[in-house]
Amino acid sequence: MRTTLYLIRKEFLQIFRNKFISKAIFAVPIVQMLLLVPAVTFEIKNVNLCVVDADLTSRSQSLVNRLEGSSFFRVNQQSFSLEEAQKLLHRDQCDMILHIPRGFGRDLVRDQGSSVMVSANAINASTAQLSWAYLNGVLRDYNAEVAVEMKAAGSSMTAMDVPPRITVTNRYWYNELLTYSWFMLPGILGILITAIGFVLAGLNLVREKEVGTIEQINVTPVKKVQFMASKMIPFLLIGLVDLALGLAIGRLVFHIPFEGSAGLLFLGSAIYLVAVLGLALFVSTFSSTQQQFMFVAFFLMILFILMSGVFTPVESMPLWAQKVNLANPLVYLMRINRMVMLKGSGFGDIIGNIGALLIIAALFMGFAVRKYRKTA
Amino acid sequence: MQNVVISVNNLVKRFGNFIANDHLTFEVYQGEIFGFLGANGAGKTTALRILSGLSSPTSGEVVVAGFNAAREPEQIKRNIGYMSQKFSLYEDLTIRENIMLYGGIYGLKKDQIRKRTSELLRKLRFEGYADRLIGDLPLGVRQKLAFSVALLHEPKIVFLDEPTGGVDPVTRRQFWELIYEASAGGVTLFVTTHYMDEAEYCDRVCIMNEGKIVALDTPARLKETYHAHSVEEVFVKIARPTATHNPLHQMAGSSLTSLPGDSHLKRV
Amino acid sequence: MKRFLGFVKKEFIHIFRDFRTLIILFGIPVVQILLFGFVVSTEIKDAGIAFLDLSKDEISRKVIHKTVSSGFFSYSGELTSFREVDRIMKEGKAKAVVIFEPQFGEKFFREKSAAVSIIADGSEPNTATLITHYLTAIIQNYNQELTGSPAEEIVPVKAEVSMFYNPELKSHFMFVPGVITLILILICALMTSVTITREKEFGTMEVLLVSPLKPIQIILGKVTPYFLLSFINVILILLLSWLVFGLPVKGSVALLLAESMLYILMALSLGILISTVSKTMQQAIFISLVGLLLPTILLSGFIFPIENMHPVYHWVSSILPPRYFITIIKNIMIKGTGLGFVWKETLILAGMTLLFMLFSIRNFKTRLE
Repeated sequence: MRTTLYLIRKEFLQIFRNKFISKAIFAVPIVQMLLLVPAVTFEIKNVNLCVVDADLTSRSQSLVNRLEGSSFFRVNQQSFSLEEAQKLLHRDQCDMILHIPRGFGRDLVRDQGSSVMVSANAINASTAQLSWAYLNGVLRDYNAEVAVEMKAAGSSMTAMDVPPRITVTNRYWYNELLTYSWFMLPGILGILITAIGFVLAGLNLVREKEVGTIEQINVTPVKKVQFMASKMIPFLLIGLVDLALGLAIGRLVFHIPFEGSAGLLFLGSAIYLVAVLGLALFVSTFSSTQQQFMFVAFFLMILFILMSGVFTPVESMPLWAQKVNLANPLVYLMRINRMVMLKGSGFGDIIGNIGALLIIAALFMGFAVRKYRKTA
Repeated sequence: MQNVVISVNNLVKRFGNFIANDHLTFEVYQGEIFGFLGANGAGKTTALRILSGLSSPTSGEVVVAGFNAAREPEQIKRNIGYMSQKFSLYEDLTIRENIMLYGGIYGLKKDQIRKRTSELLRKLRFEGYADRLIGDLPLGVRQKLAFSVALLHEPKIVFLDEPTGGVDPVTRRQFWELIYEASAGGVTLFVTTHYMDEAEYCDRVCIMNEGKIVALDTPARLKETYHAHSVEEVFVKIARPTATHNPLHQMAGSSLTSLPGDSHLKRV
Repeated sequence: MKRFLGFVKKEFIHIFRDFRTLIILFGIPVVQILLFGFVVSTEIKDAGIAFLDLSKDEISRKVIHKTVSSGFFSYSGELTSFREVDRIMKEGKAKAVVIFEPQFGEKFFREKSAAVSIIADGSEPNTATLITHYLTAIIQNYNQELTGSPAEEIVPVKAEVSMFYNPELKSHFMFVPGVITLILILICALMTSVTITREKEFGTMEVLLVSPLKPIQIILGKVTPYFLLSFINVILILLLSWLVFGLPVKGSVALLLAESMLYILMALSLGILISTVSKTMQQAIFISLVGLLLPTILLSGFIFPIENMHPVYHWVSSILPPRYFITIIKNIMIKGTGLGFVWKETLILAGMTLLFMLFSIRNFKTRLE
């Protein structure tokens, strides 16, 4: 135990003696949190809509007015030719075209039906779909209004009985206004902690190999576990300090409601960090240069991050990918962070995730200690 | 009757098809300075790494400080000190911090570490430099410090792998004075080197060539046997049979360096 | 020149000797492209839904059945009381709960109005919105089905929609350009910054500097192999996206390749710049990996459209080179437009490259003196 303490002391001395690293480990997460958390949103606003109104009647204008009134669309282009509008779409100057054909208003009254054409830039499929859904919603309202009007005008439709309706109301719990930063903060915080710990711990060990100082340690009676613990604990502590900083920023700057217990968050992150650092040390035991380590780190980190559900839902991945994800510690951390912070989930709710993390941590750490050889 | 602290019997180390150590057999006695000579690639470092528990033998019996190198390398590590040319202390730590680290690793008590630190600094006359970073010190100073740190936990045996590589002649002399001092205190020193003049200061010298031991004796008797004036000459003579197609000859020649005033150097 | 070529050859040998690095150099892009195409998507599938049916009549059962069989959701059980709603969402087993009021069916027929309430887990805003949209649509469709032929209902305005460039609405149209952009900048910046810093850290840079090679030749020599390797990477990724995802280059392949070269050059000069400010490899890796990774993913429009962000971020993202390259690839690859549409982005990238190079040369010189 005393030996480990001496080794840990040495790591801290080295970290804080490095002018760049000692500042970067705290500055980078703070700056990135402040910068990135408010940036990211899936909430769609200001879809640029180009209206080609070839009809120019009061009917067509009332439809356009409805669209202008919604905060979702920004009707910033009006054009009279479809070709010109498509050129705008091509140039990314608009995202969607609504084409109201000549005779729209006339047909609406005379034939009780007319049509409009919508073209959307669908490179981003989900944005296109959502925009279309919104536009459709506006049309539905417009239709309802027109229908009532027509009924009032005594047109052919009988207004005798209203069909039965199921009214659907909805509420969002835990984050009623769907504030995106509440969702992103736990995710970005998790990624930052991962990146800092993984890169620093792994590079640290490979560097000792590269420079040759590890040989001097190997020739001492230091136990493998002691050595690995001394390579892990400093970065574990740094990670937890970063977590505390991040949570403080979340509370003070982004006003995230802190529903659950902070202790639980730290417990989850601590186990998670053991897993990640164990993996980093494992990778570094078979990397002979910092470059090699860096590549594997880069690969694994991108894999972990993009598959973790930080940005996209885990449930929508194919089954095999979800199986692969069983070994991805970031998945569990994301769940724990969001559940505890936003929903106030208790230990009983996250016990499965904690258990999975414990298993992964034990495995990775075990691999690292086993693979590390005190002999060459 | 001398105490055997290292005994090596038929040590073989193989890397694939390459035989780095070919049936080595020798003994090292307590308190002696045992020189391991040979050109680069002769197998010195491989043998030294096996003896210090860093590598395990392919076959053969190696006992160091009473422990078997194949089965109990960690026990060996507890009882030896080690210093290599490649390694100096941690460059981004100060002298005091390095001493603290290694003292701690070997389980010395806090006040023990403090006491030995000041002793060590006084002996090397570094009192004013305790809080300097190792990286800021010249190579020779680092090597002397590294050796002193290797002695910190009072090991029975210290292994030195080309300890004076790249160091200026004056510092090399000072370094050898430290070695004599340790030896006088009863510590066994196992030194590899390719400086032939350094071999003269050893109690016994073992010359290696292509993985085999080609000669082992005191410098005086070696010179006598081979009718040579110096160990350097002995080395050249032994290497001669293969000298024409072996770069060994040139290498030995190129690294022949003498220390200024080495005749004054005496055993303390 | 001959000396220079010899140096380049030496650098190539360094890279190729290290088999592991080579595998990773080509393996990473391939795996990531496949991963994105097949795995990552923002759609909803198999989201857990629980039901609290306070009515348990024919209609409510039918709605539940419709929902579960829609393919978007997975059934995570039925609750017996309102108190359990919080429980099941806290455990993370359901992303939303659908609640039917008591006498749901009866009210539907007698009072012509029955209420369903959806409670969605807002801790994942995007998923929550999508789930609510989908559930509402399913219920309303069923409603229409119940009330008889929708053809009789008046639909004064019908809309026809056409999805341009991506009629099948595949999500990898968005991700492939993003992945190319992300991988190229990270690999190039990482590789160059690290290989140059390595020479500095181990003191071999001095050896090179005293050689008759000019500093600029040394840097070029270090960078040329990565330039070529990255270029091969681009070709590999484009082939993959064509063969595996059926995403051919609609516009001019030559133009796309030329633009890629420009982008690679930009990333390499960024790497050189990082190396001139880093003392150790650790620092260079930290800057390129920890410093660049998240901002590149988040602010380049790769996953999150920039238009949705606060106007401040339009400015922030405009100093990030990946943003421009994504626009360029999307234009050439997917829309099939030419240089006329991307000349502005091209100029900006070229300007950035020049700027990085100038800064590097200045830093490099002061280092030497």
